[in-house]
Amino acid sequence: MTITISVNGAAHRLDDIDPATPLLYVLRGELGLNGAKFGCGLGQCGACTVIVDGEAVFACLLPIAALEQRAVITLEGLGSAEKPGRLQQAFIDEQAAQCGYCTAGMIMRAEALLDRNPTPTDAQIRDAMAPNLCRCGSHMRILRAIRRAADAASATPIAKPEAGR
Amino acid sequence: MRRRLRIGLAFFVLLVLAIGAYVLWAQEPVIAGIRPPPRSAFDPALIETGARLAAIGNCAFCHTAPGGAAFAGGRPFPTPFGTIYSPNISPAPGNGIGRWSEAAFRRAMRQGVSRRGKHLYPAFPYDHYAKVDDGDVHALYAFIMTRAPVETFTPPLQFPLNQRWALTLWNLFFLDRRPFHPDPGRSAEWNRGAYLVTGLGHCGSCHTPRNVFAAEKSSRPLAGGEVEGWRAPALDAASPAPVPWDAAQLSAYLRHGWDAEHGAAAGPMRPVVDSMAPADDADLHAIATYLAATPESISPARKQRASAAASRAATTELPASSEAAAAALFAGACAGCHMGRTAMLPPNGVNLALSTAIGEADPRNAIRILLDGIRPGESGAGPVMPGFDGVFTDAQLVALLSYIRAHYGGGPPWADLAAQVHDIRADRKR
Repeated sequence: MTITISVNGAAHRLDDIDPATPLLYVLRGELGLNGAKFGCGLGQCGACTVIVDGEAVFACLLPIAALEQRAVITLEGLGSAEKPGRLQQAFIDEQAAQCGYCTAGMIMRAEALLDRNPTPTDAQIRDAMAPNLCRCGSHMRILRAIRRAADAASATPIAKPEAGR
Repeated sequence: MRRRLRIGLAFFVLLVLAIGAYVLWAQEPVIAGIRPPPRSAFDPALIETGARLAAIGNCAFCHTAPGGAAFAGGRPFPTPFGTIYSPNISPAPGNGIGRWSEAAFRRAMRQGVSRRGKHLYPAFPYDHYAKVDDGDVHALYAFIMTRAPVETFTPPLQFPLNQRWALTLWNLFFLDRRPFHPDPGRSAEWNRGAYLVTGLGHCGSCHTPRNVFAAEKSSRPLAGGEVEGWRAPALDAASPAPVPWDAAQLSAYLRHGWDAEHGAAAGPMRPVVDSMAPADDADLHAIATYLAATPESISPARKQRASAAASRAATTELPASSEAAAAALFAGACAGCHMGRTAMLPPNGVNLALSTAIGEADPRNAIRILLDGIRPGESGAGPVMPGFDGVFTDAQLVALLSYIRAHYGGGPPWADLAAQVHDIRADRKR
């Protein structure tokens, strides 16, 4: 079967593929996009989180048959090592990773939150991030990084410097 | 003509007068306030008994606002006539029930009347608590009066809900004031279960259908009801569970929120299971003994349904070519856990041929579980399932659910599934 999916704005034609294949396998195996990670394969850890039509979803439980006509964004779609996106930069600034395995998924879920709600409260951030697990203990740094990205976007550089951090 | 009109009018006036007289007669007096009793006024063993009973009554859930102090009230309950807020039942002297005597507490439990004589709404299930005996009310009073007092103010009810006199009429027709009567032909455990289910446990508040006055239909106890957009499955012989519950399964489910032959506690049942954590094992087993089927009570037709479900659970029917699209969605999203195709983690998801939500003639619970997933409660322990909102479009959800129902449900296709999916999605966004 042939299925065409749209990832980070580019169309990818997948020939001779099982339509039940999880998007995660296609991203990593076929497209060489290794940002999303395989964690549990059960939709319980969030390491594979990507954005589909604005919603953060688990790529490990997302059959590609469901994806025609829909826009997928992965970590690679937010920025690059040379030019990081706002959340990638905030995670660097807060050193919000230890082993880093959850980071891509964390950033994607946070991106979906900030796209929907650019000025979330701390409680809203915690609630939105609940499906994603970190096993190292970087939670407080992750929350700070998301706060930083949200604050940076909602304030002009002069009105809100680094004070209070 | 004029004469008939006059007679009719006179009859109407008399009726209004009679109702007015009844309402006046049915008003309840104020019970004098007391000085809030200190903790030392209560026997610690009695407080402990009260705690285990309050777990079965699930007092804490309704009387605690989301994120608020325990028992301080304020949880909103939307009704067609406006929002009711659960009152503060912490022993705070001002906004709580710190000045309530045990007699006032007992009257509230049994008759739905506050210490000051105001009628309470039957969102507070005093129609069930009327069956709670004096000893248990005594223990519950000791438990509640020794919680932390919190002076949280609950918003007063707005018109028309503040016209509480109307509840005297509701009580006249729908409040059964008779105490619980055990059935001497049954075991002590069965009777304990009956007492807890019909009384403190107030299972019927969700699981019994209601009439136009929002009162439970006494002719159809536990025949299945509705709550918060979910179907509360029938617990009687009409249970939608493909395999009938036995008492051991049901008591384990009430303890852990999960049974491999039925599925997980989801939606409004999840906080009920969480609430019951401190309850006695013996009481949960008594509830299960009363509710569960016994080999003699299972009809031949029901046995047939159960064995059909068991064979569906054992054999996988290959999808027809016309179902290829839905089968791919199922294989990619569901089969890993529900068909045991993953080697990663036990325990696996319920076999869908045994799932109550899939066997139920009403698709609402299946739709909501698929969208919301199942999250463990406040206690942090319990079954988990990821939600698939955002993963599937409406059309994909309909195709997937139709496929699951056809292959595992054992009943006719779900009617107007597309409309239900659309409505539930809209409701969840609100």
